[in-house]
Amino acid sequence: MAVVHSGSSGGLELPENVMVGQLDALANWCRKNSLWPMPFATACCGIELMATGAAKHDLARFGAEVFRFSPRQCDLMIVAGRVVMKMLPVLQRIWQQMHEPKWCISMGACASTGGVFDTYAVVQGIDRFIPVDMYVPGCPPRPEQLIQAIIDLQDKIQREGTITGREFDTAGRQLRKRALVEMAGPLTSDASRNPMLQRELAAAADAVAAKT
Amino acid sequence: MPSMPLAVDDILAGLAARCGAVETSVFRGQTRVVVPEPRSFEALAWLKEQGFDLLIDVTCVDYLEYPGAKHRYGLVYLLVSTATNCRLTVRVFVDDPDPTVKSVVPLWAAANWLEREVWDLFGIRFSGHPDLRRLVMPQEFTAHPLRKDYPLQGRGERHNFPIITRDHS
Amino acid sequence: MSIATPEFGTAGPEAGARSEDYLWTLNFGPQHPATHTTLRLVLKLDGERVVDAMPEMGYLHSGFEKIGEHLSFNQYVTVTDRMNYISPMANNVAWHGAVETLLGIELTPRCTYIRTIIAELARISDHLLSNGAVGLDTGAFTFFLYGFYQREVIYDIFETLCGARFTNSYTRVGGASHDFTPLVIEKIRIFLKNFPKTLNDMERLLTRNRIFVDRTKGVGVLTKEEAINGGATGPVARASGVTRDLRKDDPYLAYGDLDFQVCCASAGDCYSRYLVRMQEMRESLRIVAQALENLPAGPVDVGIGQRVARPTKQQVYSTIEGTISHFELSMSNRGFEVPHEESYAATEAPNGELGFYIVGDGSENAYRARCRPPSVLHFALFPQLIRGHTLSDVVAVLGSLNIIAAELDR
Ligand code: SF4
Repeated sequence: MAVVHSGSSGGLELPENVMVGQLDALANWCRKNSLWPMPFATACCGIELMATGAAKHDLARFGAEVFRFSPRQCDLMIVAGRVVMKMLPVLQRIWQQMHEPKWCISMGACASTGGVFDTYAVVQGIDRFIPVDMYVPGCPPRPEQLIQAIIDLQDKIQREGTITGREFDTAGRQLRKRALVEMAGPLTSDASRNPMLQRELAAAADAVAAKT
Repeated sequence: MPSMPLAVDDILAGLAARCGAVETSVFRGQTRVVVPEPRSFEALAWLKEQGFDLLIDVTCVDYLEYPGAKHRYGLVYLLVSTATNCRLTVRVFVDDPDPTVKSVVPLWAAANWLEREVWDLFGIRFSGHPDLRRLVMPQEFTAHPLRKDYPLQGRGERHNFPIITRDHS
Repeated sequence: MSIATPEFGTAGPEAGARSEDYLWTLNFGPQHPATHTTLRLVLKLDGERVVDAMPEMGYLHSGFEKIGEHLSFNQYVTVTDRMNYISPMANNVAWHGAVETLLGIELTPRCTYIRTIIAELARISDHLLSNGAVGLDTGAFTFFLYGFYQREVIYDIFETLCGARFTNSYTRVGGASHDFTPLVIEKIRIFLKNFPKTLNDMERLLTRNRIFVDRTKGVGVLTKEEAINGGATGPVARASGVTRDLRKDDPYLAYGDLDFQVCCASAGDCYSRYLVRMQEMRESLRIVAQALENLPAGPVDVGIGQRVARPTKQQVYSTIEGTISHFELSMSNRGFEVPHEESYAATEAPNGELGFYIVGDGSENAYRARCRPPSVLHFALFPQLIRGHTLSDVVAVLGSLNIIAAELDR
């Protein structure tokens, strides 16, 4: 176990079978080696995700083979494939249902940027609407690439953990979650629900006004 | 189904006798016939009786920018007879405002979802359809995206969702 | 953030909502392992019996047909890859088959054979996955792994052929992007030799497996009339006794020269759909073997006279026609000659009749590129297949219909 520093620091006399380490590092080490992915497979990339878990590429070598389809049991969401307007609310809801600590891999060009589908229905990158930790390029990425992304994510988890210990602040999280109320209504071209878009539009309007 | 399947020419002649003047044309071996909108259901029902029992597709073309087009929307019904393997394309033209055609769901169950899709993407109403809701776009969507006056990138609907940050989740 | 529950149509008796109060409503999907992709069912349950089902789609609608109006005939093939993504080659063949019908292009004999071979390989890989998925959902994981291993072999063949595992974009107007190399032919030969063994193993695993048979036999029965009326095609229709196969009825590519049989069943249940798919793989193997043995020599692309396929480098550098043709095809204001016409052409894709209705307006882009997706009509049949069966049969029926969301929604 590389992460636990053994030794007799500080003049403290330790028995032979006791090691001293940082609790954080230990927790991160545990977390990174038992990622439970939640396959949010929507399109073609999902087939490669399947291939990653199937006969030849065996994801189990990295401790991430336990695909669970319930968001409550998972801590890594792999969004494989394009996400469209009708699907995005589902994606957001599933993301919110996952427990902390959680990470997200955006697999494939579509999930990351919209890919070849620059059309009215496709969300141009899921990172506009949910946080993403790791992007896997490719259309579709080869299974090897996905495995590499998981390895990189493991490094990231080891390095950073969850930083603020957000997962222990249950009450605060619930409060903020509730702030995002259900927002139904006509899906029109106004930017009523997207503050970022509102800002962009306002800036554009300002620029036009400044010119004239 | 008649005991003797008719040849395509007979069918076209019969169709013309029943529905008034119909335009027919042949391109690359595919026979197409244009049926006037008010008689479309009648014509299709008659064609079904003549043995065209398999409805392959119902779709639509928006001729807004098409050079030389006379009508805005052209519906396409692709029919096949499973007995004779004969194919026929039936065209029905409709126009703005409020393009409406009679639904063919009573004839072919297959038309149900196909017509819903046409309604969703082109905004053509099918009168008599049992359940004319949007099929592929969200119910609260307001436009008909496959019309030619709707831009490829949409009008910003795809960005109009709340943003979830690390703080929110 | 609203996920509205759609209302049921006019299902159920007129007795009013009160008498149905004991019914459960269960939401199935759009993110559910057994849907494999993104589709949604709202089920009405009486205990474990499904009283009614309401399929919902559109969770993967990405505007394929709209893009088709903005990309040229050659570019759009990349998008067709993403349509039925478990057999992309079959879509490539269907798309360019339709384009060539519109343009009136005769393919070279070698090209027809090559396209036949890849379309059949695609069919095998599709059936492997769809049957594997039925197995997976009914609890036969080994079967799925066997199938997936062979899919990897087919992926490998395609990768050798054109450089991509499964988004191949292999065909071009009037030809193909690469010719068969000896290595490809060798790999297909090896596959032909090894695959029957795996297929036998797979059949031994499942075909007479008591659990599997019990779970699929008599489940989700589709009668012949319903199949025709509902517009079913492909294995789903053939399992119900509809003897339609475009490869025989309307021979395109090289199918007219090859000896094969159309596999049909009459029961129309999940089990016969499974059997039809298993048998079709054997027939496809026969087709591939025959086509490979009789593969004609000669060029893959149509000649430069047709002015649709790019000439080879040799032709460009050494002949004046080649240079002109290359120039014409590369200039943005020249390109092909496309008639002001519309045409429909279909192929027998693994899933059923996959056709494209293309409207040409003289430019290199289609004015309208309609795809006739078999999955939509199959999915619309779902409620009548599942009524009266139990909740656990839902996955078996869904798997046996082989619904691919990207083709369903486009
Ligand atoms: S990135 Fe490519 S392979 Fe993946 S979902 Fe998008 S189109 Fe399909």
